[in-house]
Amino acid sequence: MQGLDFTVLVEYLPFLAWGAWWTALISVLAGFLSFGMGVVFAVALLYAPAVIRAPVAGFMWLFMGTPLLLQLFLIYFGLVQIGIDIPAIWSGVIGLGLHYAVYNADILRAGIASIDKGQTEGSRSLGFGRLQTLRYVVVPQAVRLTLPPIGSNMIALLKESSLVSVIGIAELVNAAQLGISSTFRPFEFYIAVAAIYYLLNLLLEGVLALIEKRVEATK
Amino acid sequence: MDIALIQRIFPYFLEAAGVTVVISFLAFVLGMVLAAALTAMRLSRSRALRFAGAAYVSVFRGTPCLVQLFLLYFGGPQIGINLSPFTAGWIGLGMNIAAYMAESMRGAILAVDHGQREAARTIGFGRARTMWLVILPQAARLMIRPLGVNTVALIKGSSLVSAISVIDLAYTAQRYISSTYKPFEVFAVAALLYMLIVIAVSMLVRLADRRFAID
Repeated sequence: MQGLDFTVLVEYLPFLAWGAWWTALISVLAGFLSFGMGVVFAVALLYAPAVIRAPVAGFMWLFMGTPLLLQLFLIYFGLVQIGIDIPAIWSGVIGLGLHYAVYNADILRAGIASIDKGQTEGSRSLGFGRLQTLRYVVVPQAVRLTLPPIGSNMIALLKESSLVSVIGIAELVNAAQLGISSTFRPFEFYIAVAAIYYLLNLLLEGVLALIEKRVEATK
Repeated sequence: MDIALIQRIFPYFLEAAGVTVVISFLAFVLGMVLAAALTAMRLSRSRALRFAGAAYVSVFRGTPCLVQLFLLYFGGPQIGINLSPFTAGWIGLGMNIAAYMAESMRGAILAVDHGQREAARTIGFGRARTMWLVILPQAARLMIRPLGVNTVALIKGSSLVSAISVIDLAYTAQRYISSTYKPFEVFAVAALLYMLIVIAVSMLVRLADRRFAID
């Protein structure tokens, strides 16, 4: 049993900061993907013909019932097998993004369904098309309504982005593992990593609160 | 689809599914016990206990479960905690899910109408008796669903123990994907088993919810 020595971290701080930067980048990209695809899935579930709706529903059911880690394995190894050779980091972004798209879609669907029918009728009678009605009238109101739960999904996404280290993508946990392999001090490194995630989390919570406030103000 | 491969690997996955179930169950029990203690701390009159409970929940919810597992398993030996992967796995998962379960429990207790408490105190019940005989029986019903959601998340999250080399479903899946290069077949088998476990637990939760519903 060796004593703890947090000063070893000093030398590796730039390294950890670089890892944190990649964690933030992966999370932001996956976050946007999860939101965009979430809207698409939600709209497909509510309005698309059965040939589209059924596969979307099946996909969502499958992705909700299985662990993200398993989905990351499937995407990382599966994409290559079907001939799509993209850098590993994209399989991480796609895996995270699709996983949370499913959860966002579940929330957004309920949000869209709860928008008063009169909104659609009013918009259609003003001459908006079906898609325009969705794009400019229904979905924006649904998004405003569902911001808090979608925000919690984003916070979960940020933390779960640590899983992409398992498929070898360089981010915060991976950076720590590299540092550990030359210092043999896992305790100090993982404490530091936990602290950085905690700070990133606080930062994201602050941003989400700001967004909610702005959206609230435009009501 | 390579059916012969699926038939060949299925027994190994069945065994791994057993590991996933056992590790999730142990983590569930530890999580419930810790969560109950945390909830009691957060509702206590002592400011220090309230703070400690809130700090635990904030830290464990604010950092990734994977990092917590790594800290316990890889970092533990540095402070004299030597655990096998399996033991570190269920203890780490249990400590993590306890924070989420404590939120569910607290939410349910606070959701019980305030009038209930006031009425109990008015007819002479003490704080403890009010909690035990009036608030908790009502809150317990409200807790079933959110705790069920936590438990399903726990089962899926138990896949993280594969990263500290517990031979569970996810570990077995990863091993067979990289040895057979058949990601879709292997995913299908692992997904089926995870789904069966999750569906079984969801049905238990629904049964319990219906059994204890007030109306």
